[in-house]
Amino acid sequence: MAGGMPAAAVQAQAGVPYRGVLQEKKWVRRTLIGVALLFLALVLVIPLIFVFVYAFNKGIEVYFASILEHDALKAIRLTLLVALIAIPCNTVFGIAAAWAISKFRFRGKQLLITAIDLPFAVSPVIAGLIFVLLFGVNGWFGPFLAEHDIKIIFAFPGIVLATMFVTFPFVARELIPLMQTQGSQEEEAAVIMGASGWRVFWSVTLPNIKWALLYGIILCNARAMGEFGAVSVVSGHIRGQTNTMPLHIEVLYNEYQYTAAFAVSTLLVMLALLTLAVKQWMEFRMKRYGQGEGEH
Amino acid sequence: MHVEAKNLHKSFGSFHAVRDVSFGLEKGKLVGLLGPSGGGKTTILRMLAGLETPDRGDIYFDGERVNDVHPQKRKIGFVFQHYALFRHMTVYDNIAFGLKVQKQPKHKIAERVEELIHLTGLAGMEKRLPHQLSGGQRQRVAFARALAPYPQLLLLDEPFAAIDAKVRKELRTWLKEMIGKVGITTVFVTHDQEEAIEVADEMIIVNQGKIEQIGTPQEIYQNPKTPFVASFVGESSVLPDGRGLKGFDHVPQDVRILVRPEFVELGTDAELTLPSASQTGRVKQTYFRGNHWLVEVDLEGKTVFAARSLEARVIHPGDRIGVLIHRLYVLDGDNSIMVENRLKQDPMPVHI
Repeated sequence: MAGGMPAAAVQAQAGVPYRGVLQEKKWVRRTLIGVALLFLALVLVIPLIFVFVYAFNKGIEVYFASILEHDALKAIRLTLLVALIAIPCNTVFGIAAAWAISKFRFRGKQLLITAIDLPFAVSPVIAGLIFVLLFGVNGWFGPFLAEHDIKIIFAFPGIVLATMFVTFPFVARELIPLMQTQGSQEEEAAVIMGASGWRVFWSVTLPNIKWALLYGIILCNARAMGEFGAVSVVSGHIRGQTNTMPLHIEVLYNEYQYTAAFAVSTLLVMLALLTLAVKQWMEFRMKRYGQGEGEH
Repeated sequence: MHVEAKNLHKSFGSFHAVRDVSFGLEKGKLVGLLGPSGGGKTTILRMLAGLETPDRGDIYFDGERVNDVHPQKRKIGFVFQHYALFRHMTVYDNIAFGLKVQKQPKHKIAERVEELIHLTGLAGMEKRLPHQLSGGQRQRVAFARALAPYPQLLLLDEPFAAIDAKVRKELRTWLKEMIGKVGITTVFVTHDQEEAIEVADEMIIVNQGKIEQIGTPQEIYQNPKTPFVASFVGESSVLPDGRGLKGFDHVPQDVRILVRPEFVELGTDAELTLPSASQTGRVKQTYFRGNHWLVEVDLEGKTVFAARSLEARVIHPGDRIGVLIHRLYVLDGDNSIMVENRLKQDPMPVHI
């Protein structure tokens, strides 16, 4: 525009305020920003603050008492344990799937990519029901499981399975696009220099994907700990035994123990905030190391 | 290392990328694989490295068949088109990688990396990450990294393609010098004939998966064996037949003719070396080429190009001018034959 003249000069010459092609009029800009901010406040910020206000409205002692109460502690423990099993499994799967999809040519690749997204498309309740139909008393494997006295539905294994199903795509989804843009030439270079497959993975592939991997794991974790629908179907809601944190919160809420319900909720909210913080930090690191841009 | 390829074939699905390719590379030679993009050059290079397996045919290193030898064990240095530097490692760590994999003692690694950093002129850059380097510097790192573990064969895939024109010329000279110093058998892939002619000791011309010709740059330039080589290497214009070209009436009538601008002389009778072997043409257009003029001349309805020195008299479109074609190539089926202007042989030699 204007033969490379600085914007200020053009402005001074023409005597009208300089505007870029995409700069709307002032009132349009202000209205749009205002609407966005208002919406954000109404839907996100106020409810979040409300959680904390309610959690602390009977004082800090009640807050801690609600969290440290026997059933609450059991629920927290169960949630952590489920996450501890589900996340490593999905991490290993995610890396394997992303590796296969981005580095190899094979039949059914597109099908695999689509299948990975299935848990996003299926309602969590249905996910839970699938496991009831498979492992429940009247399910496919029901008689076999009853015979060998193995309990999956309304027990710990069922909760883990349902959680794994729901959190299945997170790691793979983060890694696939990154690994596809990075290509496999660095790995090839390492192999030609004599590196073994294991060495290539640890010293070339993993450092290149570590931030995306970490973010995938964090997202997976947030979802695993917060999952309600699928877990609700398979857990059986046995207090102090098969209630995870979200289920425990529901029980408290249904019993009109609002303060306790919100107190336990604050833990999940803080997990969400931590997830966001890690995401921000990761994006900063990615930019700094030029991952996903430039070189390839 | 002496390298030999025998009857290599490679297909990707229905695409026959390499067809019956055989060649031998002498130890210490710098060989250019030249051909148009998508012609199978990179596939040949990747088969030598072991990154692709030939469907048929054998590869021998120093007489030993290496088809089933894993790329890790082939002792090859490979420079990728986009370098494929390890992006999270410093320049030092990139160069040291191959030596660390070999579990060399630390002081030896440091010594070797230091040596290569000096050889490639990267001193002071040791701690930088790849994204902090310019294209030319990245290429040097890739080269140093490939050479560090003392490979016996160096393979370069379009080593200059990602660098801008000015730096490319410098790097070419640098690379040729560097490879001369190290004395390693080297194969590089390029689609740029100027680059291949300038850098290579020997060229292999590849087209549509097949080898068209193998030889030194001079041989290939002066004596192209196939129509493809004749038209791909060097500048040229191809004519549908040779009718009406003075001095070439002994050429078969219905074959295509290839004329190189450097073998066409323009001028008045006084200027030409042998006016009796020339004919008159009309200048259609002139193009300034920096170090010479390229002149488009209409000759009996045929268009030929001629190179003209900047020192010579300036000519303009529309001028009538004498045209002397010294030699041309007859493209007959799969062969290309060089033919001299018959009238240039003086009809009355002095010694009679």
